[in-house]
Parts: sequence; structure tokens; C-alpha cells
Amino acid sequence: MTILTLNKKQLESKIGKMTEDLQNKISMFGTPIEEVTDNEVSIEVFPNRPDLLSFQGFVRAITAFLKKPGLKTYKVEKPQKDYQVTIENSVKKVRPFTACAIIKGLKFDEEKIKEVVEIQEKLHGSYGRNRKKLAVGVYPLEEITLPIKFLALKPESIRFQPLEFPREINGRQILSQHPTGREYGHLLEGADIYPIFIDGAGEVLSMPPIINSHKTGKINEKTKDIFIECSGFHKEYLKKTLNMIVTALADMGGKIYAMEVIDKTKEISPQLSPEKMPFSIEYINKNLGLDLKEKEIKSLLAKMGIGYVKEKNKPTALIPAYRTDILHEVDLVEEVAIAYGYDKFDPIIPKISTIGQEDPESIKKRKIAQILAGLGLQEISTYHLSTKEKQFKKINKDYKSADIIEVIDSKTENNILRNSLLANSIQILSENSDASYPQKIFELGRIFFTDNKTETGVEESENLCITLCHEKANFTELKQILDYLMRMLDKKYEMKETSHPSFIEGRCGKISIDNKDIGIIGEIKPIVLKNNKIKMPTASIEIKINAF
Amino acid sequence: MTEKDIEIQKVIESLSPNERKIIPYLEGSTFKGLDEKTTIGKTAIMRALEFLSNKKIIQISIKKERIIELGINGLTYKKQGLPERRLANVIAEKTTISIPDAMSKSGISDNEFKAALGALKRKALINLVNGNIILTGKKEALVEKSLEEKFLETLPKNTDQLEPQEKYSLDKLKSRKNIIDIQDKKTVSFKPTDLGREIMQQNLTPTKDMIEQLTPEILKSGRWKGKKFRRYDLTSPVPRINGGKRHFVNQATDYAKKIWTDMGFKEMSGNMTQSSFWNFDVLFTPQDHPVREMQDTFFIKDKIAKLPDNKFVTEVKKAHEGKIPGSIGWQYNWKDKEAKKVALRTHTTCLSAKTLKEISQTKEFPAKYFSVGKVFRNETLDWSHGFEFNQTEGIVIDENATFGQLIGYLTKFFNKMGFDKIRVRPGYFPYTEPSVEVDYFNPVKKAWVELVGAGMFRPELTIPIFGRHIPVLAWGMGFDRMITKFFNIKDLREMFKNDINKLRDMKIWDK
Repeated sequence: MTILTLNKKQLESKIGKMTEDLQNKISMFGTPIEEVTDNEVSIEVFPNRPDLLSFQGFVRAITAFLKKPGLKTYKVEKPQKDYQVTIENSVKKVRPFTACAIIKGLKFDEEKIKEVVEIQEKLHGSYGRNRKKLAVGVYPLEEITLPIKFLALKPESIRFQPLEFPREINGRQILSQHPTGREYGHLLEGADIYPIFIDGAGEVLSMPPIINSHKTGKINEKTKDIFIECSGFHKEYLKKTLNMIVTALADMGGKIYAMEVIDKTKEISPQLSPEKMPFSIEYINKNLGLDLKEKEIKSLLAKMGIGYVKEKNKPTALIPAYRTDILHEVDLVEEVAIAYGYDKFDPIIPKISTIGQEDPESIKKRKIAQILAGLGLQEISTYHLSTKEKQFKKINKDYKSADIIEVIDSKTENNILRNSLLANSIQILSENSDASYPQKIFELGRIFFTDNKTETGVEESENLCITLCHEKANFTELKQILDYLMRMLDKKYEMKETSHPSFIEGRCGKISIDNKDIGIIGEIKPIVLKNNKIKMPTASIEIKINAF
Repeated sequence: MTEKDIEIQKVIESLSPNERKIIPYLEGSTFKGLDEKTTIGKTAIMRALEFLSNKKIIQISIKKERIIELGINGLTYKKQGLPERRLANVIAEKTTISIPDAMSKSGISDNEFKAALGALKRKALINLVNGNIILTGKKEALVEKSLEEKFLETLPKNTDQLEPQEKYSLDKLKSRKNIIDIQDKKTVSFKPTDLGREIMQQNLTPTKDMIEQLTPEILKSGRWKGKKFRRYDLTSPVPRINGGKRHFVNQATDYAKKIWTDMGFKEMSGNMTQSSFWNFDVLFTPQDHPVREMQDTFFIKDKIAKLPDNKFVTEVKKAHEGKIPGSIGWQYNWKDKEAKKVALRTHTTCLSAKTLKEISQTKEFPAKYFSVGKVFRNETLDWSHGFEFNQTEGIVIDENATFGQLIGYLTKFFNKMGFDKIRVRPGYFPYTEPSVEVDYFNPVKKAWVELVGAGMFRPELTIPIFGRHIPVLAWGMGFDRMITKFFNIKDLREMFKNDINKLRDMKIWDK
């Protein structure tokens, strides 16, 4: 969840006082208010709208929504001499693309610098997937010599003073010595060459996605013009990200200048002309259940900052170049719905005839639970994840590797899926030795075991476990319950002697229905009771209920 | 007979045999005394006394005391002396002694030795120099009995009766292992009331006219005719019993199911272990989405899932890569290796996806389906976090479904659930468009609280399944919050704790 925190005073100067009504409107725009304090307004920004992750981006969108509808356009000046970035072949293997721009005429103060850094960080964290997908660098134009090259070198031959570091070190040392290097070093893991930007004078500007140079990559209060690059693996994402930043900087008062990015071909960057998406008015109306006219849709789109034209007689949306969330015509449906107002839709329940029905297995479980509750048994409900100790050792069972279904990197000690309910019931008795006896419990739930024939290699079974624990708990009492249950379910079962590490020899039976084994019943061995500090005799049954 | 006599007679008629047995000995007797004079046993005496007190025949007073006694180690030390005493004795002999020597001569354990050294040092009697213990205080002071030793000799003792220096000793000894043991003791005393004294004057031998317990034999013989039944004290408490019942989470689950079936929805069920393909890819969740990382989702070690038929897998791949008509997709290279990872389902939407795939074969729609089940997230475990959750979800497959209908279903569903004031606002999920979040108004917090996510499935989801876009309305919610709210549970772990006492005492889900 990404939270954008805005200065309340500044925001109010743009869109008016933060009344309850305005707060509600902001939430209904798709940016729910998290908190409003005396000085700040925090909103949640959904991952599909990284363009809202700056004060400028948000104000631009919400202003169109509240009071000044329409597509906002930005002018891009032509590249001047040497406004060039060349992507060399060497970098193709490690970081193939970059999108770049120059912004001039900015006025930086401490606040503004912080803001620019924050936009960068927010984009890195969300849309950039923690710099994995892309990273952005901003440099004072005054400190660098154009044109620029993007290339890759062996880490030992890269030498510069990284941001806020006392001296020059090489590329490999940056990863081990610089805090940012340590944090993001894994992104260059396994690479034998590291990407760098160098300027016309041969100075290193940065080593993306890790760190800028202290000398050429740090903006300060005297900076007026900047060079921006966005590097990574996917051209489209880089361009959009660059567009988000340059438009925010333009809204801060900067002038956007294009650069030539020279790859196999020469490309002008950034490109801020809106993208065109043809759509059908019927499609929008059908999805929403409304009957909006072309004119209405046009003005609703305008509230969302989207333009409208008719091309070849076909309604066409003009989508701002920084929007990343319009993948399909259906995304325009949502834009129209938000502008129309989710609260304005009439709730409709259509008259379609369908029959409500519980799953047969669900019904069976509910019936069994009712029967057992009628016998005075208390149902329990335990975790599906457990430990080897609880599932095996504590109930005197050995395990083979096939018995273990393990989850990766669990944040708790519970890292295997349970393979019986018995182990859990024993654990619950163990934890309840201070509750009064008799304790008669049951659980209905899933257990998991390996079966390579299934889709996932894991098979699941719906099981029932009944456990009696009191001074006189024994096989007979439990078998009475089993008898009653089977009588009620109209099933005939057979019992054969068997053995099981948790049960007393000679008091442990295998239960089958129609020659199919469905489970096991018996009195629990004293050693198991001792392992679990259970003070009373205990008898248990566990059967697969989907087996009959 | 006066009114008072009638009253006394009624009380006498209500006396149980045990009560009658102890009444003659009430005056000036103790609990122990009663036990000696009668043969009914301590528990029965205690119960009878309670009943007599309820009947205002006696007045019971219970005195609570805290008694300090010698603990296990205390008993040993009483015989052998405290460790510091035994160490002091060794030092008093030698004035300077090495630590190992002192230890072996005093014959005390490692831990005791540390405690003993500390005790003597605090009293400035000894000093440690280069691993030797040197006597620095006076020898007389060393042999003198310490406050602690004196105190131990006076035990057992009531905590109310301590002198200041004894309190000091108690504090010091309390911090050491098992030297003292503090026990709460309850002493019950009683004396007959005026009513009691009058009753004591009466003949309490039960007459043959009095029936205690009605038996089949009495019924058969007709001996009950013309006899009196002993009067019961109807207000006296009875031993508690417990009934069997469903776990409270399942009571709530059953209720949710009822709402769905009432609204004409059919239940879907399925596995908790799912391939990433069904849990994420079919649901148009890009393969680099943070939810697909190990720190958010439980993946199963060493398992590789089988994917469905190639044609369908290719369609899903195309949707991600932006190769189905009208969509630019997520624009990356979709890999089946990621899709084959096996996970514990993170939502029940994977069941919806599988159901849609089945419907694409049967073509049986319009249709409405729901699921209720456990979902998993790789989380830590504390009062507000857990790794297993209860989720419920519904889908409506209908060629003519609209966004307005989605809002209609949501409103109806949540009204039935007991939420009158709800707000539907824009939301975001990778696989729905338009997407919705529903809030309910929490009157206590005076704020909107998020309740559910919903939306219409994207064409990138439906086209690979159906071959064309068919509108599907979908909404899903975790309902643990509703459960904890109803049962007033503050700690999420309690949902899985199975504290039998609590389960027995919990009220039932009343809907």
C-alpha cells in the first residue's frame, strides 16, 4: 500500500478547504483518505496510478476531477546541440534501455529537493518494484558536459565518489561499502560488468540502479537545469516513468527539453503526445448499465483528465502520456464510472433465476458436526500449518521426506502442512490440561499429503477427528460414538485390528466402508500422553469423510 | 403456631441429610471439628455449610492469609546453613582462600557460590583480589547470624506480622530460588445465627414422613402418599455443565453460507494448495507482482504444478503479453516456470477462476456461485497478525451483468450481513475493472472502514477462459473482522487457540 502525504496548506491553496465533503470526493476519485491532520493530508494511491505519486501529479488529476476538466498538454522543446545520450552495445546485456530528458529553469530550495527525491523513491518502490524494474537518476546540468554515454564496464574499472561518501572507490567496493550499494547490490548480482552513465568529459555520473556520483549527480539549491534518466529493462515502462517525472517538474515551473537517445536508431525523448484509444459508446453503456450520450461521456472523460476526439468517425480517447493504467477499452469504462460517481448508480438486482445450493461435502460436514455436538462434543478449529515436532515427534510418529509438505520461508515456526488432525487434537488437549474434564472434542478439516498424480503434487483430504479425554475415556466409548454416527449417516463399517505408533497395540483398529479404508481408531499410548503432558486416558479416531 | 414457627418449620423441611448431620455441632466448632465429629467428608461439609449459610442458619466468614513457609531449598538450608554461612565458615578459618578451594571446602554448587559471594560482599565482609577471597570485615561480624538467617528460623509466618527488618529479609530471600514459599491460605469459620440456634433446639431426626429423593421404588409402592418432600433451596447454585457445539468460526461460516444460498448462489469448493497459474496467472496478476514474492505468499517447496491444456495456457500467456485483441497487457515475457509454482491459495478467487473454466464447457449461465474458505498469507503471528484467514466470495456470470447490478448485489449482501450504512468507492485489483471497495460506517470510530473488494472481471481474464468477453461480477471479503467483532475477540490468535474453557462459555452466533 503506497501512501502519499501532502502538505495540507499547499493542497488547500489548490483545491480548497479539506471539508468532510471534499474528503469524501477525494475518496470517491479513487484515492481514499488515510488521515487528515493539522498539517498533512495522507491518501492511498493504488498501484495502477503511479502518476499520482507526487503533489503535482495528484493536484493535476484532482483539479480536473473537481473543477477544471480536460486533458492537460505539455510542450517539449527541441533538443539543443549535444543533447544526446548514446546507448553503447556493452550495456545491452545488463541494462538495455534508457529514456532521458532535460528540464530547465527550475527553482530549487530544500523543500523542492526533498520533493524530487521523494517522487523518485516512491516510483522506485512501487512501479519500479524496488529498482528491480527501473531506476531514475537526476543530475545538475551545470556540473556535467554533454553528450552522455550509457555503457557497461568491469566493476573494478569503474571509479567515482558515490553520493555522500568521503572518497572515490570502485564499482565492486560501492556494493560492499556504500549503504545504498549494500541495500541494492543484489540487483547486480552475477553481472560481470556494471552499467554507468558517463558525460562528455569522461566523468562518471552514476552507476544505475545503485547510486549517483557525489560530484555530478547531486542537485543543490543553486541547481536550475537538470538532466534526468530512467534506465531499466522495458522501454515502455521507462518512457512512462520519465513522463510522470518531467510533467511533475514542468508543473513545478520547469521547461521540458527533448534529447536524442541513440540506440540502433535515433529516438526523441520524452514523447508527451497523448495516446489514442478508440472505443465504443455502446460498450461503455453496456458495462455500466447506463445510457450516456457521446457528449456526456466526453465530459466525464474530461473530469478524469482524458481528452476526446472523433477519428474516422470513431470515438477516440486521448490518454495522457504518463498514464499507465489504460490497457484496454474496459479501463475507460472505469474512468467514466468514477467521473459519473460510484454513489450515483442505482443498485439493481436483476431477476435471473438461479438456485442456491451448498456443496454436498459442506452439507455432510455440517450434518456430522450437528450429530457430534448433539452428543455433547465441542468442535475445535486449528491451523493448517504446523511443525514437524507437533505433527510427528509429539505423537510418536516417524516421517519420511514424502510425508513433509513444506512451505518456503515461513515467518513463523509453522512451516509444514498438517498431515493429520490427530496431532492437532493432541496438542489442543495438551494446552488445555487446566480445563475441567471430561474433554470431548472434534475437528473437521483438511489434511495434506503428497500425491504426484495430482495437479500440484499435493492431495487434500477432508477429515474428521474425534478425541475423548477423561478419567474413563476408552475404546468402547469412542466406538459407541462411531456406531451412532454411522447409524445416523446410514453407513455400515468394518473394523480390523491394526497398529499405529500413536495407539496402544491391541486397542487400535482400522475402519473401512465397502472395503475402502477410511481411518483409524484407538486408545492413545501413554508415551504420547506423557510427551504432551496429558493427565487423562485418551481415545481418538480420525477418518476421511470424503471417502464414503 | 406463630408465623415464626411456620418459618422455622419450613426451614427444617428444607434441610438435607448432610445439613441435619452437622447442625448439632455448629456452636463453637471449627471446620476441622465438624470433620472429626461427622463422617460425611470435607467436600460435603463445605457444601452443607454453604447451604446453611444460604438459609441464614449460620454466618460464614472467610479469612485470607498469606503464609511464608520454607521452600525446598529453604528446608535444606535450615539443616545445613545458608550457602553464605557455609562459605563464611570456610573463610573465617583461613582469612584468605582461593575461589576453587573455597568452593570445594564449602561444598556448595556453582550458583549457590555466586549468591553466597554476593551476599558476603554486600555486607562488606570480603573482597576479591586476583581470584582469592580475602576477609576484610571483622571475624566476629562473619560468624554473627545474618538477618536472613534469623528470619528463616521464625517461619512459618503470616505476611501481616512482619517487622521492617523481616520485610527486608523477605525481599532478599524471595529473589533466591526456592528458599521460601508464599502460600495463600483460606480459613473458614462460622457461627450459628439466632435462627440457627433456634433450629439447633429442634428435633432434626428426619421423620419417616419426609421424602428426600423420589425413587422408582417409592413410586411403585405408593409410599409417597401422605408424605412430605424435603424443601429445596431453589436459589442455591448448581454444578456447571457444558454442551457440545460448533466452533464459533464455523457458526459464522454457516451463517455466511445461508446468506449466499438465500440469494440463489451455489457453493464452489476446491483445494487450498493451488498452482500459481490458477491463483495468479489466470487472474491476470503479472508475474513480477509483489504478491507473488515469498515474503507475501506461502510457496510449497519442491513441488511443480501441472498446467492445464496448452491452448488455454497459451491464451493466458497472450493476455499477459498484450497479444489478445484490444489489450496491451502487461508487456513482458510470460514464463510457465513461474506459473508452475505451487502456493497456498492467497484468495478464494482461484476457485472462481476454475469454476468459470468449467462453465465455459457446460455453457450453463447465467449462474451465481459463492465460496467460503481459508486463505493464507506469509505473515508473522501476533495479536493483530496471522497467516490463515477466512474469506468469502461470490461471482455472477451473466451476459447482461452491469456495474449497477454489482452495486445492487453488494448493497443487498451487506444489508443481510448486518451492515446498513455502506459506501462503494473506486478500488484497484489487477483482475477487475471497474474495481470497487466497499466501506461500512463504523459508528464507534465515526469512520469508514474497508470491508470488501469487488469488481467486474477484466476481459484479459474472461477472454482466455471463454474465448470472448462475458461479464462476471465478483466480490470477496475476509470475514474474520466480523467474527472478532461479534465475539468481542481482541487477539486474532484466539480464533485458533481452542481454549476449551472459553469455547464452552462463548455465546452462540445469534444469526
